Amino acid sequence: MINFPILSSLILLPFIGSLFLLFTKSKKENNITSKYVALFTSLVNFFLSIYLWALFDQTTSEFQFVEDRVWIQGLINYKVGIDGISILFIILTTFITPLCIISVNNSITNRLSEFLIAILIMESFMIGVFCSLDLVVFYLFFEAGLIPMFLIIGIWGGARRVYSAFKFFLYTLLGSVLMLVAIISIYWISGTTDFVKLYDLGIDTKYQNILWLAFFSSFAVKTPMWPVHTWLPDAHVEAPTAGSVLLAAILLKMAGYGFIRFSLGLFPVASEIFTPLIYTLSVIAIIFTSFIALMQEDMKKLIAYSSVAHMGFVTLGIFTLQQQGIEGSIIQMISHGLVSAALFLCVGVVYDRMHSRLIETYGGLVSILPKYSILFMLFTLAALGLPGTSGFVGEFLILMGAFKDNFLVAVIASFGVILGAAYMLWLYKRVVFGKLVNPDLKQMVDLNKSELFILSCLAVPTLFFGFYPDPLINTIEVSITDLIKVYNFNIVGKL
Amino acid sequence: MENLELVFPEIFLSLSIMFLLILGVFKKNSSKWIQNISLIILIICAVITFNETLSTNEIKLFNGSVKIDYLSSFMKIMTLLAAFLVLVISSSYLKIFKIFLIEYPILILSSVLGMMIMISSNDLIVFYMGLELQSLALYVLASFNRDQIKSSEAGLKYFVLSALSSGLLLYGCSLIYGFTGSTNFDVIANQLNSNEYAITFGIVFILVGLAFKISAVPFHMWAPDVYEGSPTSVTLFFTMVPKIAALTVFIRFLYVPFINLIDQWQMILIFLSIASMLFGAIAAIGQTNLKRLIAYSSIGHIGYALAGLSTGSNEGIQSSVIYITIYIIMNLGLFSCLLMMKRNNNYYEDIEDLSGLSKNHPLLSLSLLVILFSLAGIPPLAGFFAKFYIFKSVIEQSMYFLAIVGLLSTVIAAFYYLRIIKIIYFDKEKEKYDTDHSIWLKFSLSVSTLLILLYFIFPSQLIDAVSRINII
Repeated sequence: MINFPILSSLILLPFIGSLFLLFTKSKKENNITSKYVALFTSLVNFFLSIYLWALFDQTTSEFQFVEDRVWIQGLINYKVGIDGISILFIILTTFITPLCIISVNNSITNRLSEFLIAILIMESFMIGVFCSLDLVVFYLFFEAGLIPMFLIIGIWGGARRVYSAFKFFLYTLLGSVLMLVAIISIYWISGTTDFVKLYDLGIDTKYQNILWLAFFSSFAVKTPMWPVHTWLPDAHVEAPTAGSVLLAAILLKMAGYGFIRFSLGLFPVASEIFTPLIYTLSVIAIIFTSFIALMQEDMKKLIAYSSVAHMGFVTLGIFTLQQQGIEGSIIQMISHGLVSAALFLCVGVVYDRMHSRLIETYGGLVSILPKYSILFMLFTLAALGLPGTSGFVGEFLILMGAFKDNFLVAVIASFGVILGAAYMLWLYKRVVFGKLVNPDLKQMVDLNKSELFILSCLAVPTLFFGFYPDPLINTIEVSITDLIKVYNFNIVGKL
Repeated sequence: MENLELVFPEIFLSLSIMFLLILGVFKKNSSKWIQNISLIILIICAVITFNETLSTNEIKLFNGSVKIDYLSSFMKIMTLLAAFLVLVISSSYLKIFKIFLIEYPILILSSVLGMMIMISSNDLIVFYMGLELQSLALYVLASFNRDQIKSSEAGLKYFVLSALSSGLLLYGCSLIYGFTGSTNFDVIANQLNSNEYAITFGIVFILVGLAFKISAVPFHMWAPDVYEGSPTSVTLFFTMVPKIAALTVFIRFLYVPFINLIDQWQMILIFLSIASMLFGAIAAIGQTNLKRLIAYSSIGHIGYALAGLSTGSNEGIQSSVIYITIYIIMNLGLFSCLLMMKRNNNYYEDIEDLSGLSKNHPLLSLSLLVILFSLAGIPPLAGFFAKFYIFKSVIEQSMYFLAIVGLLSTVIAAFYYLRIIKIIYFDKEKEKYDTDHSIWLKFSLSVSTLLILLYFIFPSQLIDAVSRINII
């Protein structure tokens, strides 16, 4: 089994599936067929990735399943491989995609097969991002993801979709081009863009700061960090439900992953220097966007701002450079992937019925939609980090790491937890509790089978990893210990 | 005269042009004949040139005034193939405008002849002769649709401004001749006294003339008008073929005789490059006519090719050649789409006419999507790699400012490409266009789209092909 290129198959399978979709005629009666084709492809991918996890060796921090092929002679090798940090993101991607595909029931009416193609291609690119071991290959996948997302927002989005799609595309592109300059510079300085070799070679301290900033410009936009987060609420609000889910659950994770992999791994000295900057921006993101979230009228926008705040925790945790902090960040990202996906789906459920995302439209849903209210409550509580949900594990570990590293920052960030509870509970109260004022709401029906299925699929891991996070922690532990060891070794005497 | 067979393509081409002229005069209604014969001639020339590439290294003929090497063969093959495709996909367009005349293929052949002479020139006079031959043919081609005022205007404008630039170029040539005593590139290189300021003046004048021919900012003013006014098939020719020849002359002229004066001309090239990239990106935003927009976009793309040339290294030259190759493929696809936008014998060239194209013509709009994202330089499409090689060679020379400006202008340029995509995919649909396109049009569109889309699988091939170009 060693020779079977399992990672390349993970990347290629959705492509092949989308090729099939291209040739499935998109007539009305065929919509079901194309959906099954897409679902089948993504499920095969999911099981393949689970199999990958089963084969994965947790006791080493070396890259596993490495494939190394000459791609551009003497310049770039196509190199993929995974370690404890990346495997969880791959599984998250392959887990969320089938749920997205199931969720496009009635919300997308026109050009369904194109939509599914876009989602599948997106999945390919995302998996590629998480397993590429060459900077150029990474950049390729990282940027290529813009195309399907641009189309998803632009074609199937809401009223202001054009504005949002452009904002999304140009913001991210502007951030990334500087990263491209940095990658080429690294090639020029070190003679390779192969990541494993760069780890060993190290990058000269005098270049690190400027390169770190170039990478930072890209990741900060993608994370998104305050003050370049403004594209996110727009993109989320206008994107169709499945698009929002992909965006929140997977796209935002690319930057967090990039911070751990590239900023810490390649530029340890610069990371140490710029830690105060990250701390400041993260704390501002946590506090400031939580306040903004409190004031939102639009449910999707509120959740989008809460994403910014949660990602603030993630960046904070990464740069504490404590075992707990980084572990917490990764778990927080996984948990946010599950929970925010679920929350967007919850909004999508009521939006499909009432065609409104405004909070004031709703109220008193508990009496007519009992199942929905229970699941929505579960995810609300997970988002605010109640013990027993995966959200708690992540936030707790991050704050623990932060307290070790910088007391003040940790104290301020802890206020973010309280604010998070405030806006999430208030949202829940206004939507679900209270009197049923709006008479139109009475016609709403509770979750249908597929909605119930999707939300339960997301609820199970949320609860499971909340009570028993060991599978996650065991997978990432060795890799992170090693990362921190190398990091501390590299910064000794260089500051 | 022992190596005369090396200029056989040029000789064959000139003889064929004369033969075709005679045939056209004596045989009535022979335009279809002449069209087909010219296609065959182009293919024969390309095959012969290709054989040369395999057999020869660097050979100089006619007292060193003509130079045949790998670069010249590569560029000639590109010129010939591009001209072939232009001829073959333009016939239906010409028929509709009733300008399917014998002169059209003959003029294209003669301008191709001029370009081939330019490409292998190693002497200022030979170079100038080739340049004028191709320009004269292009003036007539620009005003080929003589019943339309815009087309005549385009021809006249191009003629006046081009004559001015030729004048500047000649002045530069005479300065260089005066201070080095020769017009031959190699002799100039030997005689060069780098302290002579007049030579710098000469270089500047010649650069201005050349920059005009490839429409680099600030000598671009003619391009949008001429591109818009000329018949679409001629515009296609304009955006692709003359650029190949002019770029080769740039390489030959700057890197053979004046490589030691790199400090003098590098700044000029960097300026031309930055100005073209930025101006092309910004000015294209406000355009409503597709041909005008393509004019500005081609100005921007030339800026990137010049960025590669300004590095003064072999890698830079190679990256420029790669860039121009990929650019030509993308342009071919774009124009094939443009030539497909036809309804009831009417061609549509406004951006708004693309509105909602994806509903009625899913495959056509998918190809446009690929081409436009590639032009914007988004991975994993070919356009990204073209830019990647350019920036790689630029950064290797530590020219970070140029690289960053270039990348920022890609972001600006992405905006107007995205706008077209938005119109195609997000807007309301209009009436259907005709679908009865010629097989060649479909062929060129699908081949160029597939090449762009699948380039990332075999990126090494093109690099291998250009890696034999060693000028320095």
